[in-house]
Amino acid sequence: MSYAISVNGQIHHVEDDGQTPLLWVLRDTLKLTGTKYGCGVAQCGACTVHVDGTPTRSCTLPLEVAASARITTIESIEGVEAQAIRDAWVARDVPQCGFCQSGQIMSAVALLRTLKTPTDRDIDVAMSGNICRCATYNRIRAAIHDAAAQLGTAR
Amino acid sequence: MTPILQPQSRVLSRRSFLVTTGGLGIAVAFGSVPDLASGAAMAPAAEGDFRPNAWITIGADGTVSIISPAVEMGQGITTTLPLLVAEELDADWSRVRVVQAPSDAETYGNPGFYGIQLTGGSESTRGYNALLRMTGAQTRLILLAGAAGMLNVPVSELETEPHRVLHPSSGRSLDYGEIAARALLPDPLPQATEADLKQSHRWRYIGSRTIQRIDVPSKVNGTAVFGIDVQLPDMLHGAVLRAPVQDERPETIDDAEARDVPGITHIVPLSYGVGIVGETVEATRRAKDLLNVTWSTTSRVRNYSSQRLLDEYRAVGRDFGQQGVPAHTNGDAEAAIAAATTVIEADYMSDHVAHATMEPMNATALVTGDRVEIWAPTQGPTGTQGFAAEVVGTTPDKVKVNTTLLGGGFGRKAEADFIIDAVSLAKAVEGRPVKVIWSREDDVRHDKFRPLEAQHVKVGLDAEGNIVGWRHRIVADSIFARTLPPVFEEAGGHDDVVTEGAKFNYTVPAHQIEYLRQDNGLAIGFWFAVGVGYTRFAIECVVDEIAAARGIDPVALRLELLKDQPRARKVIETVARMAEWDRARDGRGLGVAYSDAFGSHCAQVAEVSLNRDTGAIRVHKVWCAIDPGVAIQPLHIEAMMMTGITNGTGHALFEQINVIDGEVQESNFDTYRLIRMSEAPEIEVAVVPTPGSPFGGIGQAGLPPTGPAIANAVARLTGGVRLRHYPFTPERVKAALDT
Repeated sequence: MSYAISVNGQIHHVEDDGQTPLLWVLRDTLKLTGTKYGCGVAQCGACTVHVDGTPTRSCTLPLEVAASARITTIESIEGVEAQAIRDAWVARDVPQCGFCQSGQIMSAVALLRTLKTPTDRDIDVAMSGNICRCATYNRIRAAIHDAAAQLGTAR
Repeated sequence: MTPILQPQSRVLSRRSFLVTTGGLGIAVAFGSVPDLASGAAMAPAAEGDFRPNAWITIGADGTVSIISPAVEMGQGITTTLPLLVAEELDADWSRVRVVQAPSDAETYGNPGFYGIQLTGGSESTRGYNALLRMTGAQTRLILLAGAAGMLNVPVSELETEPHRVLHPSSGRSLDYGEIAARALLPDPLPQATEADLKQSHRWRYIGSRTIQRIDVPSKVNGTAVFGIDVQLPDMLHGAVLRAPVQDERPETIDDAEARDVPGITHIVPLSYGVGIVGETVEATRRAKDLLNVTWSTTSRVRNYSSQRLLDEYRAVGRDFGQQGVPAHTNGDAEAAIAAATTVIEADYMSDHVAHATMEPMNATALVTGDRVEIWAPTQGPTGTQGFAAEVVGTTPDKVKVNTTLLGGGFGRKAEADFIIDAVSLAKAVEGRPVKVIWSREDDVRHDKFRPLEAQHVKVGLDAEGNIVGWRHRIVADSIFARTLPPVFEEAGGHDDVVTEGAKFNYTVPAHQIEYLRQDNGLAIGFWFAVGVGYTRFAIECVVDEIAAARGIDPVALRLELLKDQPRARKVIETVARMAEWDRARDGRGLGVAYSDAFGSHCAQVAEVSLNRDTGAIRVHKVWCAIDPGVAIQPLHIEAMMMTGITNGTGHALFEQINVIDGEVQESNFDTYRLIRMSEAPEIEVAVVPTPGSPFGGIGQAGLPPTGPAIANAVARLTGGVRLRHYPFTPERVKAALDT
């Protein structure tokens, strides 16, 4: 079947089975490989994208459902929160192997868009769906606080 | 100081030369080599060039390209190694570009690690640093000589600042690029000696807290290319259905339904499974689920049940009638223990654990005639050449390996099974590249787990409480028997990595370590810190058991056992101070542990609490003091310690693989539990280098002390309840509390 999907502000016409997970459409049809496969069952968060602004696991989201929404991926996430998060990630050298970090960043940006000054508890709740095998959790936490502080100063 | 081989340099041409130490050489070229000096921070190795002729190239624009012989899997090595060259070359780090080495052990093998080109064992910095630093120093001397000719002044009047040669008395100076573009190499070349290396107080980059990892920017915007991200023109996708039990083979294959899945192009019977090739990942996965395969039932792994075997291993450990292969013998420990006043005896065990790298196993291959090209996240590019050559029936030199970034390695990506998948399927569809990405379920079920193991430790104390003898029996299957049979055989059946860490630097008058190999068929492999991850668990807990038996403080006992070891004492004293060791915490316990593995000294204190109703342990905070000898990148050492400590916590509390009748019970992150953000302890790290010490390993140094520090904290919190079996599941903790 043919689907028109909105990804990063552009409409793409995709021929595929409606049950195909959005993840593989992004990676192999649209060549947006920043979004990663980690588990396929929404357990690790490596495939996190924004669906109408909400962080969502693209590995379990069927194309036919995704086709009615606005999708944003790591390649095009923009705005003050995204910039602050990226800056903080670089300043703190957060990524190690880096494979999970697209998903981590997508979850963190969504958190800062919802909560201007998240507490450690808020961060735990928002980020515990994203596994990092290099265990960069402490730097992720610190970088989220840094980004929130930077946005607070800028505001 | 580390003994450094003196380099010999010879001119290769008017614009290039070779620096060799101990048989390994680094070629240096002046003037642009376009393939290598391309702009990206991590440029791919030169297209179509199997053996680029220069490790280091100084372009006419001054860009210095340095090859990283080791692969990047998050451990920061592609920053660390080139930084050592830049330091001695006195280069401007912002004008350095790093290029990943192609597969070529003869050129890029690790001189300190059997000359192989395999990244692992925390061996990269330890093995390459002398060669890289000497090459940097030698190249700087040659730049000085070239500048002397251009300026027509004696070399003795010249000095360098980053990327420039200065002639202070005339105020003239030359950029490295100008020298590389115009200078002719003198022949013979000036030869650097150890005296030409910078004194540590003159280091600009080593020890700096402002040098950042070169790979980080690409990892925050989705542009970093891991193996899984490789996209090639005309590429097909592949999947492999593997036997549910290791070493079984497909007997009948009904692929009628699988073939009907739209987009499937090939079904490829393999000796160990069934391959599927198709136009999309999704199609191959659907088809894989629709295959009907009957499997052979002859594998001896069908008899493998991990909990039953572990009981057997423990019994073997306790049965002193069964002799092992000696791994280390100093004095007659048994006689000393027989004459001891007090004997402490305990069993320590651990279940299998899985690597679960975030990037699952994957590889992409293209077979054209007798030539193979591979794109893969591999720790061992030259091993990859050999295995691929075997599949295709060609020679390793016909196999080109493009190493991508690795989304985690931890020893798993030193294996070749995922490479063999891709090459086997690519061979079946010759002329088109095939990418194979394992499902997470396959990645967990078909991992090469850390060995299942039991250890028996028996220690004798005299009337004053001094240790008189220490016996350590390690019962496990072998990793080397599978991966490096000649090494295993040459060692007389001893496995150096399985017993790694059992030899310690505590002062004991008699020490005996034995390895009792068990052979039950399940393939086991190199996991984060390998043997040290469990041998130090046993040792560090037994040290606390001794302290308890003597009624003395565990920190004080360690300092007593390390009287003549200033670096060890420093990290233990530092961490005790950081944690305020003597301050009691309400409802929480502190535990300490120490390790000297991988050439680095690391001490940790864990603060834990325990829910006695559920048996759940919470690790609130871990303090860590690390002496890596030389701290090349302190910020990154802190990060590596956090990785070790947090995974050290997760694997001590949660990680567990169960095998029943040869079938792995866990398959994805819902059943194989990794530590998450909300469970990660707060961590404080002090990096305390010792000037003049050798370069220590860092990648794995943080993990070993964490588990025993947690167990020791629980014991102190509960009046002596010992946890002796990884992981400390709530059921096991409750059982320990009840006895």
